[in-house]
Amino acid sequence: MPLTWLVLTVLVLAVLGYVVGRVRATQSAGGDARNLHSLPVYYGMNVAMSVIVPAVIALIIWLLVQPIVISASISGDIPDSAIPEGSVRSLVMSEIRRVADGLDNAIDMGVMTEDFARNAGADLSDMTQRLKDAGQVITQNVSADVLRWAQDYRAMHATGDLLRSFVVLAIAIAGLVLSWMRTHKDFRARIVVEKLVLGLLMLAASLAILTTIGILLSLIFNTINFFNLYPAWDFFLGLSWSPSFSGRGGLSELGVIPLLWGTLYISFVALLVAVPIGLLSAIYLSEYAPPAVRSIAKPMLEVLAGIPTIVYGLFALLTVGPFLVSVFGQDGALGVNWMSGGTAVITAGVVMGMMLIPFVSSLSDDIINAVPQAMRDGSLGLGATKSETIKQVVLPAALPGIVGAILLAASRAIGETMIVVLGAGAAARLSLNPFEAMTTVTAKIVSQLTGDSDFASPEALVAFALGMTLFFITLGLNVFALYIVRKYREQYE
Amino acid sequence: MTDATAPSLPRKSKSLLAEDDRTKKRNAAEKRFKYYGIAAISVGLVFLVILVATILREGTPAFTRTAVTVDFVLTQEQFDEAESAVLKTAAYTRLFSQFVADQAEEKGVATDLTDEDRAEIAAGLERIMGKIGSDIRVHYRENPDDVGSPVRFNLAAASRVDAYLNNGQSRDGFVSSRFLEEQDLDLIDAMVEIDMIGSDWDRTFFFGSDSGVDNPGGAGIGVAVVGSFFMMIVVLVLSLPISVAASIYLEEFAPKNRFTDLIEVNISNLAAVPSIVFGILGLAVFIQFMHLPQSAPLVGGLVLTLMTLPTIIISTRASLKSVPPSIRDAALGVGASKMQTVFHHVLPLAAPGILTGTIIGLAQALGETAPLLLIGMVGFVARAYPDTFVGGFTEANSVMPAQIYTWASRADPGFYEKAWGGIIILLVFLLTMNIIAIILRRRFERRW
Repeated sequence: MPLTWLVLTVLVLAVLGYVVGRVRATQSAGGDARNLHSLPVYYGMNVAMSVIVPAVIALIIWLLVQPIVISASISGDIPDSAIPEGSVRSLVMSEIRRVADGLDNAIDMGVMTEDFARNAGADLSDMTQRLKDAGQVITQNVSADVLRWAQDYRAMHATGDLLRSFVVLAIAIAGLVLSWMRTHKDFRARIVVEKLVLGLLMLAASLAILTTIGILLSLIFNTINFFNLYPAWDFFLGLSWSPSFSGRGGLSELGVIPLLWGTLYISFVALLVAVPIGLLSAIYLSEYAPPAVRSIAKPMLEVLAGIPTIVYGLFALLTVGPFLVSVFGQDGALGVNWMSGGTAVITAGVVMGMMLIPFVSSLSDDIINAVPQAMRDGSLGLGATKSETIKQVVLPAALPGIVGAILLAASRAIGETMIVVLGAGAAARLSLNPFEAMTTVTAKIVSQLTGDSDFASPEALVAFALGMTLFFITLGLNVFALYIVRKYREQYE
Repeated sequence: MTDATAPSLPRKSKSLLAEDDRTKKRNAAEKRFKYYGIAAISVGLVFLVILVATILREGTPAFTRTAVTVDFVLTQEQFDEAESAVLKTAAYTRLFSQFVADQAEEKGVATDLTDEDRAEIAAGLERIMGKIGSDIRVHYRENPDDVGSPVRFNLAAASRVDAYLNNGQSRDGFVSSRFLEEQDLDLIDAMVEIDMIGSDWDRTFFFGSDSGVDNPGGAGIGVAVVGSFFMMIVVLVLSLPISVAASIYLEEFAPKNRFTDLIEVNISNLAAVPSIVFGILGLAVFIQFMHLPQSAPLVGGLVLTLMTLPTIIISTRASLKSVPPSIRDAALGVGASKMQTVFHHVLPLAAPGILTGTIIGLAQALGETAPLLLIGMVGFVARAYPDTFVGGFTEANSVMPAQIYTWASRADPGFYEKAWGGIIILLVFLLTMNIIAIILRRRFERRW
């Protein structure tokens, strides 16, 4: 039974359960709802939830576990001798999976029949040809072993899917029958339902923890794999980034320092743009601007934060880059010939700075507004001008908060991807010249993980180590920034 | 004992109304500081204006295309002849260019065309319109009844022809290349004269799918819009109930203990994790581990759900918090259980705020690109609409921002225009969502 139908059946059972539960409760109370412990709705809901909740939980667990069990079983069948030279078990597994998926698709498209796909003695070249006809990506002839395992794989999945339907339906029906039998006028249906709902609410809230665990596990496992193939020392202290494209890893130099340098340099340029503009805007908006100006200018600035980063990326690549070249490049307006290509640190930095302006200004605005009015009044009363008050009283008082805001902006800049992918270039470089192309951690994560589906090579796995580096840098910055902001806020409350 | 007072400083008696130098300086500094602020805001707003102007200027040409419209007649003999030729599409191209040359002669823009001229016209038409032969052939093979009667062909012209016509047919700075030569411009001028070439709405761009890397003219964003739509359904269906449930738990039920603190810390940290890290999570968990289909809207939706959850939870909690405690007290006072209070009274009152927050979260998800690149939505050509509703979720597809990125990273500058055009469409969607959110807030927000 396909998944959609299974889910629909469970839902229908739940609706049915609601009706029969409600009816049985009302009957047991002699048709008078006042004799029931809870409202009739709760008896219905109790049965419906007893159908859905266990069945769906079972289904999710099954969906997670079945592929693992089957993969482990097939993978255990593969003898070491069957693994080709220079390959690994996981590659053979992915080949098997690809063939199995190919068979499924080919059957869907009517290129072969189910019997043909199951036929263990099928002619290999014929099989390969039919898979190719079905548009499957098969590079060479399918080997007899791979085909046999792929057929096993499909057969096990078919059995698994069948079992899944039986188990889930059995659980759903059991839930229906048991809770229906428990339904009685003295049964405390509301209490039970509310406890169950509370459990579900708690589960939803725990998803945040699960996500963090998921991020950490996926980063940690792959990073460990990477460090098994490539020395950690060379990764953290390597001064050169030049992955080889062979996928063997022998010639690759995967040092993180040039990438970190590019990331920090671009972020620095971005903050150089965003902090003065954002801070002065915030000061003007909160201290000087008449309400009419404020009510227009503030949302307008915040529009900059709502624009997707891909737009900024394109803007950097096609507009800002060529413009900067026309100013600083050969035959440019300044005639200095500093810049040879549109993608450069300054291009990405300036555009990223634009994006961060509202980030800095809104946060600083909040923080400046949180400075008690009494402090301003005191200063103005002593005869200071408004700007002197701001510079010597308000800003020092707000300084920790503003530093926090800048740190948050910095963490945004470090984690920003699309602008640097499109605007900063692809060459990893350790240089001080802002007119040169450099690359960042995020840009390299994208370039190492796209296009290639082979996750066994150090060139692909390095992306997880980069992700780990990025995760901890931004996490550290955020925690530190939030700590500062919070500490400051408490000061005046 | 001395009564001598300290010698008073020599003091220029001056009117208080006249500013002295120091006051002048201080007032000047005051003014300057204010102008710095105005300048900073202006710079920010100028950035915004330049950005919007660039998008509009570069993107609008993507909505129109230059098309060659010809009422073409193919006789039965010509059809048979072309079908029996070795190079069938070339035969159709030749027939078509002959027809165009005849038309030109008939309308009097060209006279006494020699065979050489005709050959040149044929070559020029290929540069202007690309491989026309196959389009024509496909049409006649699908509609064999059209042979012999005039058929109106509306064929797209190459992007360089577009640029030439958009530039007001100016030849300044034109460089002959293998894509378009100087003499082709004469041909284009002649075609404009007999009204054979003109600009119309590019339906392909709005409803079509991505094309191959060598055909920017045929690229469209329609399929990606549908992909985005399916992905947003996934995000909405998952993130709204989960975030409402989580917010209710944290705001109304959670006891103050370690576990609650842990959840709170996690949510605030996840809100600040770079989006690409969620892409890594999606790649490792959904694709590597669970073997869900690559570049399917379902997987993209799952990743974006995890990414937007913290945002929506934060705004949902704010709107739950804004419901005054008196509402809860009143409900509890007349005998409602805690759960009934929340679901029957607090939640409906917070609903407008929750919806607003959800729409803004969805808009953020709609424009997100980086995590989608990692789950395979790049370098992939989405050629067709999904066949079925379920297929819309599980079949590989593209979404708007990923499609824009794909175009932006192609070598042919013809795709840049498409990328800008795609951005306009994306921003129109975002703007609509934000306006709906603002209207909702204005309309239903209650101040207590």
